[in-house]
Amino acid sequence: MSEFLQLLLSGLTVGAVYALVALGFTLIYNASDVINFAQGDFVMIGGMATVFLMAAGLPLPLAALLAVLAAVVVGLLLHRLAIEPARGASPVTLIMITIGASIFIRGVAQIVFDKQFHTLPAFSGSDPINIGGAAILPQSLWVLAGAFLLFAGLYFFLSRTLTGKALVATAANRLAARLVGINVTVMLAMAFGLSAAMGALAGILVAPITLTRYDIGTLFALKGFAAAMVGGMGSPQGALVGGLLIGILESFGAGYISSAYKDAVAFLAILLVLFVMPRGLFGSRSVERV
Amino acid sequence: MSLLQVENTGISFGGLVAVDNVSFSVSPGEVFSIIGPNGAGKTTLFNIVTGVYRTDRGSVSLAGEKVAGLAPHLLVKRGMVRTFQNLQIFFRMTALENVMVGFHLAERSSLLSDLLGLPSVSRQNRATREAALALLERVGLAAYAAMPAGTLPYGALKRLEIARALASEPKVLLLDEPAAGCNAVESEAIDNLITGIASGGVAVVLIEHDMKLVMRISDRILVLAEGKRLAEGTPEVIRHDPVVVSAYLGEHGAREAARAQG
Amino acid sequence: MIDRILNSRLAPLLVLAFLVAVIPLVAPSNFYLRVAALVWVFSIAAFGLTILMGYAGQVSLGHAGFLGIGAYSVALGPEYLGLDPLVSLCLGVFVSAAIAWVVGRPILKLRGYYLAIATLGFGMIVSLVLNGESAITGGPDGMQVPRATLFGLKLSGSATWYWVTAGVMLVGAALALNIGNSPTGRALRALHDSEVAAAGTGIDVAARKLNAFVLAAIYAAVAGGLLALMNGLITPDAAGFMNSIELVAMVIIGGLGSVVGAVVGAAFLVVLPQALTSLHDYEQAVLGLLIMVFMIFLPAGIVPTLRRKMTERAA
Repeated sequence: MSEFLQLLLSGLTVGAVYALVALGFTLIYNASDVINFAQGDFVMIGGMATVFLMAAGLPLPLAALLAVLAAVVVGLLLHRLAIEPARGASPVTLIMITIGASIFIRGVAQIVFDKQFHTLPAFSGSDPINIGGAAILPQSLWVLAGAFLLFAGLYFFLSRTLTGKALVATAANRLAARLVGINVTVMLAMAFGLSAAMGALAGILVAPITLTRYDIGTLFALKGFAAAMVGGMGSPQGALVGGLLIGILESFGAGYISSAYKDAVAFLAILLVLFVMPRGLFGSRSVERV
Repeated sequence: MSLLQVENTGISFGGLVAVDNVSFSVSPGEVFSIIGPNGAGKTTLFNIVTGVYRTDRGSVSLAGEKVAGLAPHLLVKRGMVRTFQNLQIFFRMTALENVMVGFHLAERSSLLSDLLGLPSVSRQNRATREAALALLERVGLAAYAAMPAGTLPYGALKRLEIARALASEPKVLLLDEPAAGCNAVESEAIDNLITGIASGGVAVVLIEHDMKLVMRISDRILVLAEGKRLAEGTPEVIRHDPVVVSAYLGEHGAREAARAQG
Repeated sequence: MIDRILNSRLAPLLVLAFLVAVIPLVAPSNFYLRVAALVWVFSIAAFGLTILMGYAGQVSLGHAGFLGIGAYSVALGPEYLGLDPLVSLCLGVFVSAAIAWVVGRPILKLRGYYLAIATLGFGMIVSLVLNGESAITGGPDGMQVPRATLFGLKLSGSATWYWVTAGVMLVGAALALNIGNSPTGRALRALHDSEVAAAGTGIDVAARKLNAFVLAAIYAAVAGGLLALMNGLITPDAAGFMNSIELVAMVIIGGLGSVVGAVVGAAFLVVLPQALTSLHDYEQAVLGLLIMVFMIFLPAGIVPTLRRKMTERAA
């Protein structure tokens, strides 16, 4: 039982990070129909930039803030320089653009930072807390709380503020949004900026637990993507549930089956979901019109 | 004897009944038109009949055999071919290649012989090309043969679709608004084309908004409104049916129909 | 005139044969022959994607998985079954095709992004298995591959491998060109543009897509087997995500649907890292940048764009 609880807790922790990455995917996908493979690299930028800024002597909160800003700038540049000029391109072309961007960001990161693994100090000590026979790191609580706050904040932003509503409107129907006077280009840029910020925050929160390196983005992107797809592309609740589900499945897979195949869980989940319910858990069905 | 028989078919999308308990039958050589206001369920009915949508209501029979639930490509094998309201053209292929694809079922080829490029494939290619050219000629598009289909004018694409459909040598041909967006001359050409096809023994089912065309060439007409059958009969009957006139044709339409008659 | 030559069916094959014949004459050293042989090998894998993506319009972001299966077959066959490396290669190609046939059925029902992700997932699983089953595959360290002999001739040395890979590449190109100009090719290009209309002409869309997928898997497995035999060593990276992406980048950069384009794209991505060896740290950044620039500014790819320019000038 305690092992079960232990695996569940660590699954939830890493699942919360996947959920944040998935949420970033969802934001960008809804606003622009682009699937952004560079999403995981925002996670990397968040963690790595904080590590290096702290090494330069900055305190954690300031380093984290600057790291998030750096990720936002990268996100905005990605939109302005790579997505915007290719508007109207086919899905495959857009996928390849963001994959190219991901490789590029990774390439630059290994020059700007280095190729070593790094970690951040835990935010509030590293003595495990005992819950029902399972040990949970204080940092895990930071991750869970942080993810919860980000989700709540985003929900508030999208449903309660005018700008947020404009973003939702843009996602629902770009043409109609343009007609009622919403600046769609700004909205798309904002979606990229917000996604980048969320990815970076996830990266900072989880860096003390999972280590970070210039190339961790790919796996985070793929798993966040699996989460988004399992939940149903375009659905924020789906992103949350999908993220936690992938995290938990992965944790149980590693604990009860084989840790070598921990990473395979996400991909098996993708394949299963796509075959059984191609629109995901929360996705909407669409009827083909001919 | 009816070639295509549709009985009590229907379909709903999320509670909305798009087509409700519709029946009709079409005989060889007959032009059977389906008319009705936008959203009446005409194209949806086509989609049910041609297997694009699946439904468990009613039945569709082709030459006496039940075909409901068969995939679209299998229905083509049994002689039922259609065109599309919003053009479904292979726009990256040339006009000629578009029609050549229509000969797909008639072509003798296997994956292996195609891979190896055997002489039989070249012979097959030549035969298909000639037959396709003849069809392009028939619909008046021979001049466009080598052009990418995506660059053809709209009216020409409508006829290109018909040529491609004819390549499959259909027994039943369903045409979804073949004259939409065509000018008077093109419309006239399509008129002649359709009567020509029907006189060759093909059962033609036609969805069309051009009332002049419909009244001129139809043997029988089915009127749909809100997914239900409103009336059915010869152009003469439909034109004078007060329910149809008030519900669908309206005053303007009635005048048009009268003019077409006169 | 130029138009006629460019549109002739033999033209691409003649261009490739000319390249194959000329390169050994101008190559200053065996190193260049080796790089050229690598280009031919990756061209073979790219031809498969030319059929799958270029003709049929179905993306695969996991195709290196099939390449990996072909590659490991020439290491596993001799090690565990005592088979000749070339026999193992045939077996690997068969296994690859069989897996593609089984996996392709459900996967190819998906479209667009969903297809991309499902194929990506498949590729990742192959690469994870190759990494994870270290007792059999040697894990991340990979496996040694024995030398192959063909009709008593030992396949070793850059020059030998140059001609072997060039020969297979030319055959592969010829088959891909044949398919393009056949009823099957027309069916594939038709379903690329409109699946509904393709089904409306009697094409069994699902079966045709599966044909293309299996063919592409065969091409990839052949390329993988040759790669492993040539290098004498194989690691799971061959089946990895990056390799899948590079394969797709090859056919898109060269020009989707163009056989010569696939070779140009393969040359581009094989030669680039060699040219950047002195700037090793910048390799990834440059690769990523190039992929982005090509996708944004030259989405049609090098060869189709050049061809359009030439026919425009000739006209």
